[in-house]
Amino acid sequence: MTALLSLEGVTAYYGSIAALKGVDVEVSEGEIVTLIGANGAGKSTLMMTIFGSPQARDGRIVYDGRDITRTPMHEIARLKIAQSPEGRRIFPRMSVLENLKMGAAVTQFAHYDEDLERMFAIFPRLKERAAQRGGTLSGGEQQMLAIARALMSRPRLLMLDEPSLGLAPLVAKQIFSVVKELNEKDGLTVFLVEQNAYHALKLAHRGYVMVNGKITMSGGGRELLEKPEVRAAYLEGGR
Amino acid sequence: MLRLPNERARPSFGRPPPTQETPPADGVFRPALVNGVTLGSIYGLIAIGYTMVYGIVGMINFAHGDVFMIGAFLSLIVFLALTSIGITFVPLALLLVLFVAMALTALYGWTVERVAYRPLRGSFRLAPLISAIGMSIFLQNYAQVTQGARFKPLPPVVTGGHKFGAVDGFGVNISNVQIIIVLLTVALMVAFTLIVSRTNLGRAQRACEQDRKMAALLGVDVDRTISLTFVMGAALASVAGLMYLLYYGVVDFYIGFVAGVKAFTAAVLGGIGSLPGAMIGGLLIGLIETFWSAYFSVEYKDVAAFSILIIVLIFLPSGLLGRPEVEKV
Ligand SMILES: Nc1ncnc2c1ncn2[C@@H]1O[C@H](COP(=O)(O)OP(=O)(O)OP(=O)(O)O)[C@@H](O)[C@H]1O
Ligand SMILES: [Mg+2]
Repeated sequence: MTALLSLEGVTAYYGSIAALKGVDVEVSEGEIVTLIGANGAGKSTLMMTIFGSPQARDGRIVYDGRDITRTPMHEIARLKIAQSPEGRRIFPRMSVLENLKMGAAVTQFAHYDEDLERMFAIFPRLKERAAQRGGTLSGGEQQMLAIARALMSRPRLLMLDEPSLGLAPLVAKQIFSVVKELNEKDGLTVFLVEQNAYHALKLAHRGYVMVNGKITMSGGGRELLEKPEVRAAYLEGGR
Repeated sequence: MLRLPNERARPSFGRPPPTQETPPADGVFRPALVNGVTLGSIYGLIAIGYTMVYGIVGMINFAHGDVFMIGAFLSLIVFLALTSIGITFVPLALLLVLFVAMALTALYGWTVERVAYRPLRGSFRLAPLISAIGMSIFLQNYAQVTQGARFKPLPPVVTGGHKFGAVDGFGVNISNVQIIIVLLTVALMVAFTLIVSRTNLGRAQRACEQDRKMAALLGVDVDRTISLTFVMGAALASVAGLMYLLYYGVVDFYIGFVAGVKAFTAAVLGGIGSLPGAMIGGLLIGLIETFWSAYFSVEYKDVAAFSILIIVLIFLPSGLLGRPEVEKV
């Protein structure tokens, strides 16, 4: 399998503090890859570094055979990588519909009507709330909107930063099954950051464990799930 | 730049311009109202430029008033150029001046952002502000050096007027210039509101205003969107410049400072960041000034305008239509 996204020895800094200390990650076409780690490990930083903010200081980020280490953020979005970032970042003074339109803008609205129908089918809640302002949605609704907004851009690679955060267990489960379905049916590649390590590792083909800005373990999802170190640090009591 | 001839009389904002003398039969109230709405339209159009830039970039573009002044000068130059090549049919000339001045002034607005603000983006907060003040002084000096310090006249282009309402008693005289100014302002406001609320560009602008990083994550070219915002603001300011020129018949290098302060006040009064707020603020400032001038004294009209501003801000700190922060983050 060829890597759709690969990071080689990537470092990133906030001022003089290193948040990523030489990270190697590969995501192949058609895979679901998850990244787990404790709070402050650098997971969200890694997601944003792929988009160039903070920019990688050393190392290389290659997407689809193209070096994107120094590519401006908005151009990366046009390469069909979409991210639902940490904190969801819904536009608070735009309606649900307008938020979705913002997602579709990179496609020049080529499949807008069709995609909108699809999102409303996946998240009927968003249809009911189509005219409501993003800032007044509940946390869970905002999470659905953030994922739907990312999907509206018809990405090849979907990056999700803690999609189950703040969701009722049933809704979280639904989101994971949506991800799985998109991956199996449409061949969507997914790179997922999760606190909910059990669900994430069960869902993913492969996983990485990050500690303090470094990847300390990697392997198949189920394989990691069985490892005593992983169980002790991220599963026992955490679920 | 073409050097323009001089004029002696010094006009003043808020006072009916010399060309707009109204018959005494109208009394004081009605002319003040008409004059206030006209003046308020001009302030409002300039205020939009302040408010939009503040909304998206979070800075006060102190050079914006001077871009308005450049717009007025460019309008005058294009007028005289058209006259010299024999285009004297007024509606055609007005239309040509409008578009040419808008395009050229927009270029100034774009250049100012590119040269003075963009390199400082991401620097400390006060840096672009200082740069804006520098740009304002630069533009004033630039106009002064190329055009001289005296007032430059435009012979009355649009003359005449209409009497509306009853012939005896409650009629009101409105000059054609005033009609043009108010109609043009309404048309621009409608067009502008549609652009911001309906188009992809407008949506991208609002996205940049609400969360610049997220906008970039979704493929919005933030730098380009900011440039276009400056271009739009400058184009509206140039229309205001043309209106000023038609209304008062003279321009000089200093009009941008005075108008800029007033329009900025209007933007704050209406709630900075709000488009309808800018227009309402502009109208209010215009009306306060003309009514104060009509009933009390011209000298203290600015005191009146700024006092109202202070009173409003005491009770509504974010301005009349400014948004109270209630969103969940
Ligand atoms: N803008 C910033 N400025 C300075 N330091 C930052 C900034 N953002 C993150 N950090 C620091 O970088 C480190 C990694 O943060 P990051 O957000 O990537 O962690 P995370 O793995 O996503 O954690 P969580 O699971 O809590 O979301 C943390 O120590 C954090 O304090
Ligand atoms: Mg995080």
